[in-house]
Amino acid sequence: MSSTDTTQSASFGGMEARSTAALNTLARISVRNLDFVYAPGGKKALTGINFDLPDRQVTGMIGPSGCGKSTLLRVLNRMYSLYPGQTATGEVMMDGRNLLDAGTDINSLRARIGMVFQKPTPFPMTIYENIAFGVRLHEKMGKSALDERVEWALSRAAIWGEVKDRLQTNAMGLSGGQQQRLCIARTIAVRPEVILFDEPTSALDPISTLKIEELIDELKRDFTIAIVTHNMQQAARCADQVAFFYLGELIEIAPAAQLFTNPAQAKTQEYITGRFG
Amino acid sequence: MSATTAAATSSFAGRDPAVAAALNRRRRIVDGLVRWLCIIATAIGLFFLASILLTLIVRGVSSISLITFTTEFRPTTYGEPDAETGGLYHAIMGTLMQTAIGTGIGTPIGLLVGTYLAEYARNSALGNAVRFVSDVLLSAPSILVGLFVYQLVVLPMGGFSGIAGGAALAILVIPVVVRTTEDMLQLIPNTLREAVVGLGAPKWKMVTLVCWRAALSGIVTGILLATARITGETAPLLLTSFGNNVTSFDLGSAMASLPIAIYQQANSGFPDLIDIAWAGALIVTFGVLAINIVARLLLAGRK
Repeated sequence: MSSTDTTQSASFGGMEARSTAALNTLARISVRNLDFVYAPGGKKALTGINFDLPDRQVTGMIGPSGCGKSTLLRVLNRMYSLYPGQTATGEVMMDGRNLLDAGTDINSLRARIGMVFQKPTPFPMTIYENIAFGVRLHEKMGKSALDERVEWALSRAAIWGEVKDRLQTNAMGLSGGQQQRLCIARTIAVRPEVILFDEPTSALDPISTLKIEELIDELKRDFTIAIVTHNMQQAARCADQVAFFYLGELIEIAPAAQLFTNPAQAKTQEYITGRFG
Repeated sequence: MSATTAAATSSFAGRDPAVAAALNRRRRIVDGLVRWLCIIATAIGLFFLASILLTLIVRGVSSISLITFTTEFRPTTYGEPDAETGGLYHAIMGTLMQTAIGTGIGTPIGLLVGTYLAEYARNSALGNAVRFVSDVLLSAPSILVGLFVYQLVVLPMGGFSGIAGGAALAILVIPVVVRTTEDMLQLIPNTLREAVVGLGAPKWKMVTLVCWRAALSGIVTGILLATARITGETAPLLLTSFGNNVTSFDLGSAMASLPIAIYQQANSGFPDLIDIAWAGALIVTFGVLAINIVARLLLAGRK
């Protein structure tokens, strides 16, 4: 797969995407003609979605409530498969395979595509065990290797210094912002290739939010990132490319600077200037 | 200023001060009436509770002694001051054993059924049917459970037995544990479940390693409350372990228990045996109270 491939295939409902070409990078995940329903025969929550997650770039997803951005995120790691009746059709290609195929090993897929949720969700166990939990699911390793991995993950999530003396205490005792960084550490400890962030800062205070945003910026050196956010400033700060969704459709996707300063679509213009949403 | 005042009053123009005052008086009377009805009802309830407890403590404490815990049943002393009095050792041992069996068998079954309902069958027809049956069992008269085990265990085994008593108590434990397990698991937010499977964990690991742990103190509370309930059960034991006047550790034969010892000795008509029944009632009551307090503390400890 080359960058030209990506450019050629990236057209969105007739609209040529300069965006992906401008980013000039490989697609880690390519979504093609994706439709999604929450119940058989129900209204489509996503319609004809086409876009790429460029390798080691941050893709921001914005749009008003109910536009389908979180739904899309939950398609990418097959989270929707937990709930009978929810169905995605189309293609989500990663390494030449369609993740939506029935034969996909969902557990190893989720090890490759991690997810961080809106509300911090520490497990009811020690800080150390929170991180080791995911690692043990997929790898067999000795105590010292596991210790190293835990330290590595906590350091990458910029929380090692705050917790290194209390690894054996209950993770529920951490503050909200610390809990969210712990959840990020837990996700990267499994060493995924892609990390999906579903409004990771909407439950946090401004200082914790800033820390998470800096962290996302740092993490994109190694991970491909998709972040859903309600906050357009956050998308502008964090994302390399931004996708705007409205009523289950992808209206526009473009490099962040371009989408916020010179959007191609009138609907995008209206949304980013606050005329609706 | 006057204009604003006029405007403000005009919006209340429809209100007659006399009507408002009358309404206000009526509300205050009804409020006082309801409040006093509630206080009186509470007082009546508390009066009987306090009266029972007080009688129990007065009669029980005067009858209880170390002998109660160390000696098994002896026939009445007919008021002979030198005769040896009996105790409840046989019944205490029987209750401990049968309660342990009941809790030991009932807990794993109840835990698994509750987990099935909460994690695997939330909205399925089978799940709803199981939930309904379990709730019926929860409120079924316990003598029915005794009859059921009589048919199922006592008749085939050819006699009353401690194991039959334990089985009857286990059936009483199951619905309590099912309900608390299901309720506690349902309190866990779905985002926690999604976070676990989001790491690539299979569902069974999500349930056993995270959900059970998150619900642990609530589930333990339910088990303790179930244990407290069966400790005082009499009716199902009458038809299963029957009761025994000697200490027996043989699960295959009839076995004493505190509630049945109380029932038999209170009915004996001999003052010294009736005193021992009071002592037994005190032991059961404070045993159950202790279990309940531990359960409350555990529940308060979660957060």
